[in-house]
Amino acid sequence: MKLRIFVTLKPGVLDPQGRAIHKALGGLGFDGVNDVRAGKLIELEVEDSVDDAQIDAMCRKLLANTVIENYRVERA
Amino acid sequence: MKTAVIVFPGSNCDRDVAVALREVSGTAPTMVWHGDTALPDGIDLVALPGGFSYGDYLRSGAIGARSPILRAVKDAADRGVPVLGICNGFQVLTEAGLLPGALMRNAGLDFVCREVPLTVDNAQSAFTSRYTAGERIIVPVAHHDGNYAADPETLDRLEGEGRVAFRYGESVNGSARNIAGVLNAAGNVLGLMPHPERRIDTAAHGGDDGRRLFEGLLETVGV
Repeated sequence: MKLRIFVTLKPGVLDPQGRAIHKALGGLGFDGVNDVRAGKLIELEVEDSVDDAQIDAMCRKLLANTVIENYRVERA
Repeated sequence: MKTAVIVFPGSNCDRDVAVALREVSGTAPTMVWHGDTALPDGIDLVALPGGFSYGDYLRSGAIGARSPILRAVKDAADRGVPVLGICNGFQVLTEAGLLPGALMRNAGLDFVCREVPLTVDNAQSAFTSRYTAGERIIVPVAHHDGNYAADPETLDRLEGEGRVAFRYGESVNGSARNIAGVLNAAGNVLGLMPHPERRIDTAAHGGDDGRRLFEGLLETVGV
């Protein structure tokens, strides 16, 4: 089973990288971009026996830092 | 006096901390590999050094915080053994849940490497007893991810409980409320981004404001 884990900064947490990307887009002449937030995509290949609780534990214990980040799991 | 320095793949200030501990305590620390599962018996102090453990992969300190030795470090911290995390060591301690908050990319996105003024916020802790409250000291920083973040309630609690040990005296990395170093609730775990071990010898470092952190610590643990 293929999993795609999207790790994103929580709303309200300042994202310096997103801000720099935003500025760079403006510098290239792309107008109309209101905000940019940068995150991570982590792809996992797991056995079908791995259940939701285990996947959730992986996210909480390592893949995301829940102090500042949210995560979302997508099954491919 | 038994001290230990944890060494991760990618640590690069482990020897600096070892020199500082040896200089101040007179005894060389035990260097403990991250893959080990136990600290030396009767350990008095554990230091987690600066550097780039596991190449900062995933998040700074994230993989190091899950390495086998951290379970032993957590147990020692629970028993009241002082644990000092400097720079990457601070990142490891927050990732391990031993300290609140997180260290994010510097607000200016730059790697900041220079001497900065710090204010000693709490001079009552085991780590800061040789300083006076409000004292201004100069200590170098060298980091890319030192931007301290926590929710407002956590920040209020840290301030209210005197758990902010050091603050930056100027804008350095965007840290919330200019926080440079925080203590755990029991006061025996300190994490800070600046490098006190790089400021212990005036002839070599141009100042020795960091030395008193180690001196106070060793005095506290009864050397």
